[in-house]
Amino acid sequence: MARQTPLYRLHQELGARMVDFGGWDMPVQYSSQIGEHHAVRRAAGVFDVSHMGVLDLRGARIRQFLARLLANDVAKLKAPGKALYSCMLNEQGGVLDDLIVYFLNDYWYRMVVNAGTRAKDLAWIREQARPFQVEVTERTDLAMLAVQGPEARAKAAQLLPSAESEAALALDTFVGRELGRWFVARTGYTGEDGFEIMMPAADAVSAWRGLNSLGVASCGLGARDTLRLEAGMNLYGNDMDERTHPFESGLGWTVALAPQERDFVGRAALEPIARDGSPRKLVGLVLEERGVLRAHQKVVAAPAGEGEITSGTYSPTLERSIALARVPAITAGKVQVEIRGKLLPARVVKPPFVRAGRSLI
Amino acid sequence: MSNLPADLKYTKSHEWVRTLADGTVEIGITDHAQHALGDLVFVEVPDAGRVVKADEPCAVVESVKAASDVYAPIAGEITAGNPKLAAEPEVVNADPYGEGWLMRLKPAPGALAAAALLSAAQYQQVLDSEGD
Repeated sequence: MARQTPLYRLHQELGARMVDFGGWDMPVQYSSQIGEHHAVRRAAGVFDVSHMGVLDLRGARIRQFLARLLANDVAKLKAPGKALYSCMLNEQGGVLDDLIVYFLNDYWYRMVVNAGTRAKDLAWIREQARPFQVEVTERTDLAMLAVQGPEARAKAAQLLPSAESEAALALDTFVGRELGRWFVARTGYTGEDGFEIMMPAADAVSAWRGLNSLGVASCGLGARDTLRLEAGMNLYGNDMDERTHPFESGLGWTVALAPQERDFVGRAALEPIARDGSPRKLVGLVLEERGVLRAHQKVVAAPAGEGEITSGTYSPTLERSIALARVPAITAGKVQVEIRGKLLPARVVKPPFVRAGRSLI
Repeated sequence: MSNLPADLKYTKSHEWVRTLADGTVEIGITDHAQHALGDLVFVEVPDAGRVVKADEPCAVVESVKAASDVYAPIAGEITAGNPKLAAEPEVVNADPYGEGWLMRLKPAPGALAAAALLSAAQYQQVLDSEGD
Protein backbone atom coordinates (compact mmCIF):
# COMPACT_ATOMS: atom_id res chain seq x y z
CA MET A 1 0.00 0.00 0.00
CA ALA A 2 1.55 3.25 -1.15
CA ARG A 3 1.88 6.07 1.39
CA GLN A 4 -0.02 9.31 0.99
CA THR A 5 0.98 12.89 1.78
CA PRO A 6 -1.31 15.35 3.59
CA LEU A 7 -2.17 16.75 0.13
CA TYR A 8 -3.34 13.43 -1.36
CA ARG A 9 -7.06 14.25 -1.40
CA LEU A 10 -6.45 17.71 -2.79
CA HIS A 11 -4.39 16.23 -5.64
CA GLN A 12 -7.30 13.94 -6.49
CA GLU A 13 -9.75 16.81 -6.29
CA LEU A 14 -7.52 18.81 -8.68
CA GLY A 15 -7.66 15.95 -11.18
CA ALA A 16 -4.07 14.81 -10.84
CA ARG A 17 -2.91 11.54 -12.33
CA MET A 18 -1.30 9.63 -9.46
CA VAL A 19 1.69 7.27 -9.71
CA ASP A 20 3.85 5.34 -7.31
CA PHE A 21 7.10 7.16 -6.57
CA GLY A 22 9.47 5.63 -4.03
CA GLY A 23 6.55 3.92 -2.26
CA TRP A 24 4.40 7.07 -2.27
CA ASP A 25 1.23 7.76 -4.24
CA MET A 26 2.19 11.07 -5.89
CA PRO A 27 0.78 13.39 -8.60
CA VAL A 28 2.70 13.01 -11.87
CA GLN A 29 0.69 15.68 -13.67
CA TYR A 30 -2.50 17.70 -13.32
CA SER A 31 -3.27 18.81 -16.86
CA SER A 32 -0.26 18.96 -19.15
CA GLN A 33 3.28 18.06 -18.08
CA ILE A 34 4.73 20.48 -20.61
CA GLY A 35 2.33 23.23 -19.53
CA GLU A 36 3.38 22.75 -15.90
CA HIS A 37 7.04 22.84 -16.92
CA HIS A 38 6.58 26.17 -18.72
CA ALA A 39 4.61 27.60 -15.78
CA VAL A 40 7.70 27.13 -13.59
CA ARG A 41 10.14 28.52 -16.17
CA ARG A 42 7.96 31.55 -16.94
CA ALA A 43 5.98 32.31 -13.76
CA ALA A 44 5.52 30.00 -10.76
CA GLY A 45 4.48 26.46 -9.87
CA VAL A 46 3.99 24.47 -6.68
CA PHE A 47 5.05 20.86 -6.08
CA ASP A 48 4.16 18.51 -3.25
CA VAL A 49 7.49 17.18 -1.98
CA SER A 50 6.15 15.92 1.34
CA HIS A 51 7.32 12.44 0.41
CA MET A 52 10.90 13.53 1.03
CA GLY A 53 12.33 12.76 4.46
CA VAL A 54 12.93 15.60 6.91
CA LEU A 55 15.29 14.58 9.71
CA ASP A 56 16.20 16.68 12.72
CA LEU A 57 19.57 15.85 14.25
CA ARG A 58 20.41 17.10 17.70
CA GLY A 59 23.35 16.72 20.07
CA ALA A 60 26.39 18.46 21.48
CA ARG A 61 28.67 16.61 19.02
CA ILE A 62 26.44 17.09 15.98
CA ARG A 63 29.10 18.92 13.94
CA GLN A 64 31.69 16.17 14.53
CA PHE A 65 29.09 13.59 13.58
CA LEU A 66 28.20 15.29 10.29
CA ALA A 67 31.91 15.77 9.51
CA ARG A 68 32.14 11.96 9.68
CA LEU A 69 28.82 11.16 7.95
CA LEU A 70 28.95 13.44 4.89
CA ALA A 71 31.32 13.74 1.94
CA ASN A 72 30.88 17.51 1.82
CA ASP A 73 32.18 19.46 4.81
CA VAL A 74 29.71 21.07 7.23
CA ALA A 75 32.58 23.33 8.34
CA LYS A 76 31.58 25.39 5.28
CA LEU A 77 28.36 26.29 7.11
CA LYS A 78 29.21 29.48 9.00
CA ALA A 79 25.90 31.26 9.54
CA PRO A 80 22.75 29.70 11.02
CA GLY A 81 20.24 28.76 8.32
CA LYS A 82 22.87 28.06 5.67
CA ALA A 83 22.36 24.86 3.66
CA LEU A 84 24.85 22.44 2.13
CA TYR A 85 24.30 19.87 -0.63
CA SER A 86 26.18 16.64 0.04
CA CYS A 87 26.46 12.97 -0.77
CA MET A 88 26.29 10.42 2.00
CA LEU A 89 28.62 7.56 1.08
CA ASN A 90 29.23 3.99 2.13
CA GLU A 91 32.76 2.77 2.97
CA GLN A 92 33.29 1.83 -0.70
CA GLY A 93 32.62 5.42 -1.78
CA GLY A 94 29.23 4.50 -3.29
CA VAL A 95 26.45 7.06 -2.94
CA LEU A 96 23.87 6.05 -0.31
CA ASP A 97 21.93 9.25 -0.94
CA ASP A 98 22.26 12.90 -1.88
CA LEU A 99 20.77 15.37 0.55
CA ILE A 100 20.58 18.91 1.84
CA VAL A 101 21.63 19.70 5.39
CA TYR A 102 20.75 22.97 7.15
CA PHE A 103 22.80 24.37 10.02
CA LEU A 104 20.21 25.72 12.47
CA ASN A 105 22.26 26.11 15.65
CA ASP A 106 25.26 24.51 17.34
CA TYR A 107 23.11 21.62 18.59
CA TRP A 108 20.58 21.27 15.78
CA TYR A 109 20.84 20.47 12.06
CA ARG A 110 18.05 19.53 9.68
CA MET A 111 18.47 17.15 6.78
CA VAL A 112 16.25 16.55 3.74
CA VAL A 113 16.68 13.14 2.09
CA ASN A 114 15.09 11.35 -0.87
CA ALA A 115 11.75 9.57 -0.54
CA GLY A 116 12.91 6.23 -1.89
CA THR A 117 15.89 6.08 0.47
CA ARG A 118 14.21 7.43 3.63
CA ALA A 119 14.03 4.18 5.57
CA LYS A 120 17.52 3.05 4.55
CA ASP A 121 18.99 6.48 5.35
CA LEU A 122 17.34 6.64 8.74
CA ALA A 123 18.72 3.23 9.74
CA TRP A 124 22.22 4.14 8.49
CA ILE A 125 22.26 7.58 10.10
CA ARG A 126 21.02 6.25 13.46
CA GLU A 127 23.72 3.57 13.44
CA GLN A 128 26.44 6.08 12.59
CA ALA A 129 25.08 8.58 15.14
CA ARG A 130 25.21 6.26 18.13
CA PRO A 131 28.87 6.86 19.14
CA PHE A 132 28.28 10.62 18.83
CA GLN A 133 25.12 10.54 20.96
CA VAL A 134 23.24 12.44 18.28
CA GLU A 135 19.47 12.08 18.39
CA VAL A 136 17.70 11.61 15.04
CA THR A 137 14.00 12.50 14.69
CA GLU A 138 12.02 11.93 11.52
CA ARG A 139 9.60 14.85 11.07
CA THR A 140 6.62 12.96 9.69
CA ASP A 141 4.45 15.75 11.12
CA LEU A 142 5.63 18.16 8.41
CA ALA A 143 4.48 18.66 4.83
CA MET A 144 6.81 20.23 2.29
CA LEU A 145 5.86 22.43 -0.67
CA ALA A 146 8.34 23.55 -3.32
CA VAL A 147 7.29 26.86 -4.90
CA GLN A 148 9.48 27.50 -7.91
CA GLY A 149 9.80 29.97 -10.76
CA PRO A 150 10.69 33.63 -11.37
CA GLU A 151 7.51 34.79 -9.57
CA ALA A 152 7.58 32.09 -6.88
CA ARG A 153 9.11 33.99 -3.98
CA ALA A 154 6.91 37.04 -4.39
CA LYS A 155 3.77 34.87 -4.54
CA ALA A 156 4.70 32.53 -1.69
CA ALA A 157 5.66 35.44 0.58
CA GLN A 158 2.06 36.68 0.33
CA LEU A 159 0.96 33.67 2.39
CA LEU A 160 2.96 34.97 5.35
CA PRO A 161 2.22 37.80 7.82
CA SER A 162 4.04 41.00 6.79
CA ALA A 163 7.10 40.81 9.09
CA GLU A 164 7.67 37.18 8.19
CA SER A 165 7.00 37.88 4.55
CA GLU A 166 9.80 40.47 4.53
CA ALA A 167 12.13 38.06 6.28
CA ALA A 168 11.37 35.35 3.71
CA LEU A 169 12.08 37.73 0.81
CA ALA A 170 15.37 38.72 2.46
CA LEU A 171 16.68 35.13 2.50
CA ASP A 172 19.86 34.56 0.50
CA THR A 173 20.10 31.58 -1.84
CA PHE A 174 20.61 28.28 -0.06
CA VAL A 175 19.52 29.69 3.30
CA GLY A 176 16.52 28.59 5.35
CA ARG A 177 14.82 30.08 8.38
CA GLU A 178 12.01 29.32 10.81
CA LEU A 179 9.26 31.86 10.29
CA GLY A 180 6.41 31.25 12.70
CA ARG A 181 5.17 27.70 12.17
CA TRP A 182 6.97 27.36 8.84
CA PHE A 183 10.55 26.70 7.83
CA VAL A 184 11.18 28.61 4.61
CA ALA A 185 14.31 27.90 2.54
CA ARG A 186 15.50 29.48 -0.69
CA THR A 187 16.30 26.16 -2.32
CA GLY A 188 14.86 24.00 -5.08
CA TYR A 189 15.32 21.37 -7.75
CA THR A 190 14.28 23.19 -10.92
CA GLY A 191 17.05 25.66 -11.82
CA GLU A 192 14.72 28.54 -10.96
CA ASP A 193 14.54 30.79 -7.93
CA GLY A 194 12.00 29.83 -5.28
CA PHE A 195 11.31 28.43 -1.85
CA GLU A 196 10.95 25.03 -0.29
CA ILE A 197 8.60 25.38 2.66
CA MET A 198 8.22 22.88 5.48
CA MET A 199 5.03 23.34 7.46
CA PRO A 200 2.72 21.46 9.83
CA ALA A 201 0.73 18.93 7.79
CA ALA A 202 -2.50 20.71 8.75
CA ASP A 203 -1.37 23.90 6.95
CA ALA A 204 -0.59 22.23 3.62
CA VAL A 205 -4.00 22.22 1.91
CA SER A 206 -4.79 25.87 2.65
CA ALA A 207 -1.26 26.91 1.62
CA TRP A 208 -1.63 25.06 -1.70
CA ARG A 209 -5.06 26.59 -2.38
CA GLY A 210 -3.71 30.00 -1.43
CA LEU A 211 -0.89 29.63 -3.95
CA ASN A 212 -3.33 28.49 -6.65
CA SER A 213 -5.50 31.55 -6.01
CA LEU A 214 -2.40 33.74 -6.49
CA GLY A 215 -1.87 32.15 -9.91
CA VAL A 216 0.73 29.56 -8.92
CA ALA A 217 0.19 26.42 -11.03
CA SER A 218 -0.15 22.96 -9.47
CA CYS A 219 2.76 20.93 -10.84
CA GLY A 220 3.44 17.20 -10.75
CA LEU A 221 6.53 15.07 -10.52
CA GLY A 222 6.63 14.77 -14.32
CA ALA A 223 7.42 18.47 -14.71
CA ARG A 224 9.76 18.28 -11.72
CA ASP A 225 11.81 15.68 -13.61
CA THR A 226 12.11 17.65 -16.87
CA LEU A 227 12.95 20.81 -14.90
CA ARG A 228 15.68 19.16 -12.82
CA LEU A 229 17.21 17.51 -15.86
CA GLU A 230 17.31 20.81 -17.78
CA ALA A 231 18.96 22.27 -14.67
CA GLY A 232 21.59 19.49 -14.82
CA MET A 233 20.65 18.12 -11.40
CA ASN A 234 21.09 14.44 -10.62
CA LEU A 235 18.28 12.11 -9.61
CA TYR A 236 19.21 9.52 -7.02
CA GLY A 237 18.68 5.97 -8.29
CA ASN A 238 19.03 7.11 -11.92
CA ASP A 239 22.24 9.11 -12.15
CA MET A 240 23.99 7.69 -9.10
CA ASP A 241 23.45 4.99 -6.50
CA GLU A 242 25.39 2.75 -4.12
CA ARG A 243 27.35 1.24 -7.01
CA THR A 244 28.67 4.56 -8.33
CA HIS A 245 30.87 7.16 -6.67
CA PRO A 246 30.59 10.96 -6.85
CA PHE A 247 33.50 11.43 -9.30
CA GLU A 248 31.73 9.39 -11.99
CA SER A 249 28.41 11.05 -11.18
CA GLY A 250 29.18 14.71 -11.85
CA LEU A 251 29.37 15.27 -8.09
CA GLY A 252 33.12 15.59 -7.53
CA TRP A 253 32.52 19.24 -6.60
CA THR A 254 30.57 18.12 -3.53
CA VAL A 255 33.40 15.98 -2.12
CA ALA A 256 35.54 17.99 0.32
CA LEU A 257 38.92 16.23 0.50
CA ALA A 258 40.50 19.16 2.35
CA PRO A 259 41.27 19.23 5.20
CA GLN A 260 43.19 15.98 4.98
CA GLU A 261 42.41 14.98 8.57
CA ARG A 262 38.62 14.94 8.15
CA ASP A 263 37.91 11.20 8.06
CA PHE A 264 34.46 10.98 6.45
CA VAL A 265 32.83 7.67 5.49
CA GLY A 266 34.05 6.71 2.01
CA ARG A 267 37.17 8.90 2.08
CA ALA A 268 39.65 6.01 1.91
CA ALA A 269 37.92 4.64 -1.19
CA LEU A 270 37.72 8.04 -2.92
CA GLU A 271 41.30 9.24 -2.36
CA PRO A 272 42.91 7.01 -5.02
CA ILE A 273 40.15 7.95 -7.51
CA ALA A 274 40.69 11.65 -6.81
CA ARG A 275 44.45 11.17 -7.26
CA ASP A 276 44.40 9.01 -10.42
CA GLY A 277 41.23 10.34 -12.02
CA SER A 278 37.98 8.48 -12.54
CA PRO A 279 37.82 6.27 -15.65
CA ARG A 280 34.21 7.35 -16.20
CA LYS A 281 32.39 10.66 -15.97
CA LEU A 282 28.85 11.99 -16.18
CA VAL A 283 28.20 14.37 -19.09
CA GLY A 284 25.27 16.12 -20.68
CA LEU A 285 24.04 15.08 -24.13
CA VAL A 286 21.94 16.98 -26.63
CA LEU A 287 20.33 14.87 -29.34
CA GLU A 288 20.96 16.42 -32.76
CA GLU A 289 18.04 14.67 -34.48
CA ARG A 290 14.41 14.08 -33.64
CA GLY A 291 13.75 11.45 -31.00
CA VAL A 292 13.89 11.11 -27.24
CA LEU A 293 16.88 10.04 -25.18
CA ARG A 294 15.93 7.67 -22.35
CA ALA A 295 17.71 6.06 -19.41
CA HIS A 296 19.70 2.90 -20.27
CA GLN A 297 20.17 3.67 -23.96
CA LYS A 298 23.69 2.83 -25.13
CA VAL A 299 26.13 5.66 -25.91
CA VAL A 300 28.79 4.91 -28.53
CA ALA A 301 31.73 7.23 -27.92
CA ALA A 302 34.32 5.98 -30.41
CA PRO A 303 37.25 5.71 -29.91
CA ALA A 304 36.79 6.18 -26.15
CA GLY A 305 34.40 3.25 -25.75
CA GLU A 306 30.79 2.92 -24.70
CA GLY A 307 28.59 4.42 -22.05
CA GLU A 308 24.99 4.59 -20.97
CA ILE A 309 22.34 7.25 -20.52
CA THR A 310 21.33 7.59 -16.87
CA SER A 311 18.47 10.11 -17.34
CA GLY A 312 16.95 11.29 -20.59
CA THR A 313 13.91 13.28 -21.61
CA TYR A 314 12.42 15.79 -23.98
CA SER A 315 13.36 19.31 -22.91
CA PRO A 316 10.29 21.56 -23.22
CA THR A 317 12.46 24.68 -22.97
CA LEU A 318 14.96 23.64 -25.66
CA GLU A 319 12.40 21.68 -27.72
CA ARG A 320 14.84 18.84 -28.22
CA SER A 321 15.99 15.83 -26.27
CA ILE A 322 18.64 16.03 -23.54
CA ALA A 323 20.25 13.50 -21.22
CA LEU A 324 22.83 12.77 -18.60
CA ALA A 325 25.12 9.88 -19.53
CA ARG A 326 27.96 7.99 -17.89
CA VAL A 327 30.75 7.65 -20.45
CA PRO A 328 34.52 6.99 -20.61
CA ALA A 329 36.48 9.91 -19.14
CA ILE A 330 38.11 10.91 -22.46
CA THR A 331 34.76 11.28 -24.25
CA ALA A 332 34.30 14.68 -25.91
CA GLY A 333 32.61 16.29 -28.88
CA LYS A 334 30.19 14.04 -30.71
CA VAL A 335 28.82 10.64 -29.74
CA GLN A 336 26.08 8.37 -31.00
CA VAL A 337 23.13 7.02 -29.05
CA GLU A 338 21.40 3.78 -29.93
CA ILE A 339 17.64 4.26 -30.08
CA ARG A 340 15.56 1.26 -31.22
CA GLY A 341 18.50 -0.20 -33.14
CA LYS A 342 19.50 3.06 -34.86
CA LEU A 343 22.55 5.19 -34.03
CA LEU A 344 21.65 8.87 -33.74
CA PRO A 345 24.18 11.72 -33.32
CA ALA A 346 24.39 13.61 -30.02
CA ARG A 347 26.64 16.38 -28.77
CA VAL A 348 28.48 16.26 -25.43
CA VAL A 349 27.83 19.36 -23.31
CA LYS A 350 28.48 20.48 -19.78
CA PRO A 351 25.28 20.68 -17.73
CA PRO A 352 23.22 22.64 -16.82
CA PHE A 353 21.24 22.89 -20.04
CA VAL A 354 18.93 25.65 -18.75
CA ARG A 355 19.21 28.09 -15.84
CA ALA A 356 16.75 30.80 -14.85
CA GLY A 357 14.67 30.23 -17.97
CA ARG A 358 17.58 30.58 -20.43
CA SER A 359 19.33 28.05 -22.63
CA LEU A 360 23.00 27.49 -21.80
CA ILE A 361 23.82 25.20 -24.70
CA MET B 1 -14.89 8.69 -20.13
CA SER B 2 -13.15 8.58 -23.50
CA ASN B 3 -14.38 9.87 -26.80
CA LEU B 4 -15.13 6.81 -29.02
CA PRO B 5 -16.61 7.51 -32.48
CA ALA B 6 -19.09 4.73 -33.32
CA ASP B 7 -18.04 4.53 -36.99
CA LEU B 8 -14.50 3.36 -36.17
CA LYS B 9 -13.11 -0.06 -35.23
CA TYR B 10 -10.69 -0.51 -32.36
CA THR B 11 -8.03 -2.85 -30.99
CA LYS B 12 -7.18 -4.00 -27.49
CA SER B 13 -3.84 -2.24 -27.88
CA HIS B 14 -5.64 1.12 -28.29
CA GLU B 15 -5.42 1.72 -32.05
CA TRP B 16 -8.41 2.82 -34.12
CA VAL B 17 -9.15 1.84 -37.73
CA ARG B 18 -11.19 3.78 -40.28
CA THR B 19 -12.11 2.21 -43.62
CA LEU B 20 -11.73 4.75 -46.42
CA ALA B 21 -13.74 4.89 -49.66
CA ASP B 22 -10.91 3.37 -51.74
CA GLY B 23 -10.70 0.27 -49.52
CA THR B 24 -7.55 1.36 -47.69
CA VAL B 25 -7.67 1.93 -43.95
CA GLU B 26 -6.49 4.81 -41.79
CA ILE B 27 -4.96 3.98 -38.40
CA GLY B 28 -4.33 6.05 -35.29
CA ILE B 29 -4.29 5.83 -31.52
CA THR B 30 -7.40 6.33 -29.43
CA ASP B 31 -8.28 9.32 -27.31
CA HIS B 32 -7.76 7.09 -24.28
CA ALA B 33 -4.24 6.21 -25.48
CA GLN B 34 -3.18 9.80 -26.19
CA HIS B 35 -4.52 10.88 -22.82
CA ALA B 36 -2.73 8.09 -20.99
CA LEU B 37 0.56 8.95 -22.72
CA GLY B 38 0.32 12.68 -22.09
CA ASP B 39 1.95 15.38 -24.21
CA LEU B 40 3.45 13.71 -27.29
CA VAL B 41 6.87 15.00 -28.29
CA PHE B 42 7.97 12.51 -30.95
CA VAL B 43 6.11 10.36 -33.46
CA GLU B 44 7.76 7.97 -35.91
CA VAL B 45 5.53 6.64 -38.69
CA PRO B 46 6.32 3.94 -41.28
CA ASP B 47 7.32 4.73 -44.87
CA ALA B 48 4.95 4.00 -47.74
CA GLY B 49 5.64 0.62 -49.32
CA ARG B 50 6.53 -1.18 -46.11
CA VAL B 51 4.70 -4.49 -45.79
CA VAL B 52 3.54 -5.26 -42.26
CA LYS B 53 2.06 -8.28 -40.52
CA ALA B 54 -0.88 -8.01 -38.14
CA ASP B 55 0.29 -7.03 -34.64
CA GLU B 56 3.70 -5.95 -35.94
CA PRO B 57 5.05 -2.79 -34.26
CA CYS B 58 5.16 -0.22 -37.04
CA ALA B 59 5.04 3.22 -35.43
CA VAL B 60 6.31 4.81 -32.23
CA VAL B 61 4.64 7.50 -30.16
CA GLU B 62 6.67 9.13 -27.40
CA SER B 63 5.46 11.46 -24.72
CA VAL B 64 7.67 13.28 -22.24
CA LYS B 65 7.21 10.28 -19.95
CA ALA B 66 7.53 7.21 -22.15
CA ALA B 67 7.85 5.61 -25.57
CA SER B 68 5.09 3.32 -26.83
CA ASP B 69 4.84 1.09 -29.89
CA VAL B 70 1.86 1.23 -32.21
CA TYR B 71 0.89 -2.11 -33.78
CA ALA B 72 -0.53 -2.78 -37.22
CA PRO B 73 -4.11 -3.92 -36.58
CA ILE B 74 -4.29 -5.50 -40.03
CA ALA B 75 -1.70 -7.13 -42.34
CA GLY B 76 -0.98 -5.16 -45.51
CA GLU B 77 1.13 -2.56 -47.23
CA ILE B 78 1.62 0.95 -45.86
CA THR B 79 0.41 3.54 -48.36
CA ALA B 80 1.26 6.63 -46.28
CA GLY B 81 2.60 7.79 -42.95
CA ASN B 82 1.18 11.09 -41.70
CA PRO B 83 3.87 13.59 -42.77
CA LYS B 84 2.60 16.30 -40.45
CA LEU B 85 3.53 14.50 -37.23
CA ALA B 86 7.31 14.85 -37.56
CA ALA B 87 7.06 18.57 -36.90
CA GLU B 88 3.80 18.58 -34.92
CA PRO B 89 3.47 15.43 -32.77
CA GLU B 90 1.04 17.30 -30.49
CA VAL B 91 -1.61 17.04 -33.22
CA VAL B 92 -2.17 13.45 -32.01
CA ASN B 93 -3.16 14.84 -28.60
CA ALA B 94 -5.36 17.55 -30.04
CA ASP B 95 -7.17 15.50 -32.70
CA PRO B 96 -6.48 11.76 -32.30
CA TYR B 97 -9.24 10.62 -34.70
CA GLY B 98 -8.70 13.28 -37.38
CA GLU B 99 -5.53 15.26 -38.18
CA GLY B 100 -3.61 13.02 -35.80
CA TRP B 101 -3.91 9.83 -37.88
CA LEU B 102 -0.64 7.88 -37.99
CA MET B 103 -0.68 5.79 -41.17
CA ARG B 104 -2.75 4.44 -44.06
CA LEU B 105 -2.57 0.84 -45.13
CA LYS B 106 -3.85 -1.31 -48.00
CA PRO B 107 -5.02 -4.53 -46.35
CA ALA B 108 -3.64 -7.81 -47.73
CA PRO B 109 -6.34 -10.00 -49.38
CA GLY B 110 -8.66 -11.29 -46.68
CA ALA B 111 -6.74 -9.48 -43.93
CA LEU B 112 -9.49 -7.05 -43.03
CA ALA B 113 -12.00 -9.85 -42.47
CA ALA B 114 -9.42 -11.85 -40.49
CA ALA B 115 -8.46 -8.97 -38.20
CA ALA B 116 -9.83 -9.14 -34.66
CA LEU B 117 -11.25 -5.63 -34.52
CA LEU B 118 -13.58 -4.34 -31.84
CA SER B 119 -16.65 -2.14 -32.08
CA ALA B 120 -16.76 1.04 -30.01
CA ALA B 121 -18.92 -0.74 -27.41
CA GLN B 122 -16.51 -3.68 -27.20
CA TYR B 123 -13.52 -1.34 -26.89
CA GLN B 124 -15.34 0.52 -24.15
CA GLN B 125 -15.56 -2.78 -22.27
CA VAL B 126 -11.79 -3.21 -22.63
CA LEU B 127 -11.30 0.25 -21.12
CA ASP B 128 -13.77 -0.50 -18.33
CA SER B 129 -11.91 -3.70 -17.47
CA GLU B 130 -8.62 -1.74 -17.34
CA GLY B 131 -10.24 0.52 -14.78
CA ASP B 132 -10.44 3.63 -16.93
